[in-house]
Amino acid sequence: MGHTRRNDKEAEVIDENLRRVYQDMLDEKVPDRFLDLIAQLKSQDDDGSATGGDAK
Amino acid sequence: MSDDPRDELVEHLPALRAFALSLTRNGAVADDMVQDTLVKAWSNISSFEPGTNMRAWLFTILRNTYYSNRRKAGREVSDAEGVFTESLSEKPAHDGRLQMADFRRAFVQLTDEQREALILVGAQGFSYEDAAETCGVAVGTIKSRVNRARARLGELLKLDDDDNLEMTDQATMAVVTGARPAAR
Repeated sequence: MGHTRRNDKEAEVIDENLRRVYQDMLDEKVPDRFLDLIAQLKSQDDDGSATGGDAK
Repeated sequence: MSDDPRDELVEHLPALRAFALSLTRNGAVADDMVQDTLVKAWSNISSFEPGTNMRAWLFTILRNTYYSNRRKAGREVSDAEGVFTESLSEKPAHDGRLQMADFRRAFVQLTDEQREALILVGAQGFSYEDAAETCGVAVGTIKSRVNRARARLGELLKLDDDDNLEMTDQATMAVVTGARPAAR
């Protein structure tokens, strides 16, 4: 495998762009549906062990 | 301090969504994958070993869900071009720097396995070992997928043209040396 400075440079350009694209995705706001889902899973567990709490 | 590792799930949501979107290239599909993953993680938390990499564990669940759906569908779901390339806002690029839209268009043309390997290693910063474990393959397989993914992107973006590489390189260096604080 001809590993050259060129290849390194190419990989660097690619990774830099990749990280920017990925960072854009990381910066997106997490939709409420996921926080709601976690809350719901949590309250189901609570209902399992004890009774009461949130009605839903 | 709580000792329920599930309390940590919420911290991994942005990364989980980013990984899902990279893999599926479709916002709606990605969010369905994230939802499935959360439910599975919640009910199978006993299979998570506290103290190990939770993000890698979640990514493993997500990718297994994705590939098993893909197998069921019998083909790669490929409404690629759409959401991934368009939903994200385009930042203004100054001269020479690769246009993000060009990069995204090239990225979505990689195979699922190549995108996944490249994201884990190149963007998410997983070691080859963690990436290999996440994907359930040998370390050498991950390395070769990453190399092939980079080579393919290089072709698609015409980085083999010296002028293109020279220009993008200058702009990249400006980004690396200028905008980023030397935290590392």
